[in-house]
Amino acid sequence: MTTLAVYHIDVSGVDPQSGSFEELAMPLFDPLYNFAHWLTRNRDQAEDLVQETYLKALKGFSSFQLGTNFRAWMYRILRNTFLTSCAGLKATTTLPLDDAEDDEGPELAVEFVTPETILIDRSNAYLVEREIDELPVHFREVLLLSEVEEMSYQEIAETLSVPIGTVMSRLSRARKRLRDGLRQRMSEGSRSGETSLKNGMIYGL
Amino acid sequence: MVCELWKTRLDTYLDGELASEEMLAFDSHVHSCSTCGADALSRVQMKRSIQAVGKRFTPSPEFRKRVQRRIEARPRRAAFGIAWMMASAVIAVLVVGGLASIYRGRDTARAEQVYSEVADLHVGMLASAAPVDVVSTDRHTVKPWFQGRIPFAFDLPELQNSEFSLLGGRMTYLAQTPGAHLVYEVRKHRISVLVFQEESLRARLAENAPAKKELSFNVETWSHGGLRYFVIGDTSAIDVHNLAELLKSAAA
Repeated sequence: MTTLAVYHIDVSGVDPQSGSFEELAMPLFDPLYNFAHWLTRNRDQAEDLVQETYLKALKGFSSFQLGTNFRAWMYRILRNTFLTSCAGLKATTTLPLDDAEDDEGPELAVEFVTPETILIDRSNAYLVEREIDELPVHFREVLLLSEVEEMSYQEIAETLSVPIGTVMSRLSRARKRLRDGLRQRMSEGSRSGETSLKNGMIYGL
Repeated sequence: MVCELWKTRLDTYLDGELASEEMLAFDSHVHSCSTCGADALSRVQMKRSIQAVGKRFTPSPEFRKRVQRRIEARPRRAAFGIAWMMASAVIAVLVVGGLASIYRGRDTARAEQVYSEVADLHVGMLASAAPVDVVSTDRHTVKPWFQGRIPFAFDLPELQNSEFSLLGGRMTYLAQTPGAHLVYEVRKHRISVLVFQEESLRARLAENAPAKKELSFNVETWSHGGLRYFVIGDTSAIDVHNLAELLKSAAA
């Protein structure tokens, strides 16, 4: 994992035996809200989702098993709450029935002008943002948990309640979709001559 | 061909998820192979971009305070231990008291949990910036909105000659079961009416539980036609009862 986190969650120093729910849970507030907003795409719904997550977690805290991963537990509650909400039900209607769907194998071709190299220009961040936002929720969540929350595959598997193999497969396909989407936007942009693409995004093309 | 094999595992390598021997072998290959090195660099740049973009949303200080206020007054985990010890002592007394008492105590605990969850749903609605998903003062707009969203139908009363007004409704869940959450208003007080399928709560509540207070809210609940109704609000017990009677007459 990379070590570029702006916020870092470390609950290892808190003794869960004596720590209050607040001491354990509040350091997760910002990242949980960020994740909730990416899932719901809406501030009000994200606030409702986070609030409900904290109330449910507080209620179930006495049954939380010591020694297990508190962060994964909190994210799991948030995600399950989202999936049973109106917004979650809508978002998951596009979930492929077969996890192997659209698996075209690993990307092998090497391109020296790739979406990644173009992303050196930070002004192009909005393109990445749009692409992440347009990913189906099962790809979006795994990508954010890995890249933004810097969770290990094991931790993601616990959060999503799926095997590690599924995590790896979804993550690989999420990244491929992201790259393909960026490549598509770049080619469309270069054809239409969008100002933003002219401003440094297509150098090398 | 050799590089193709490396590339299939490049993301796993960059995620730091390979075994230590494989990581060392990968390090060595990436440093000696310009093609894989360039590919690895571009993927790291992509990871950094996602990371920078992904940390985009921050909660407002007001929202943080609101949630913190709701959880900070609760007992510490150590206190849970004491609570459990006390609960154990109570259970021991109940055992001495007889099996019938135990069953009564268990039923009460289940019912208390349901009341507590209902109070949470009401408070969650009050604290929400978007308390209803469908806004209306007309029952003919709100009721159809629930069609296809919940696995049952229910009747709502006419309110012309009453002091209640219907603000709207939202989906809700209790015991993993979907239900309807209706929001009424009387003299600036908001009252929640929650409707669920009775079968999901049958084991936890008596058919017609008496009206009670939960966290200073007045609550009334009853069962009719396979549905479980809750009316909860911070207004007077009489208001809660009057709204309950209106709902009962509409369902009859």
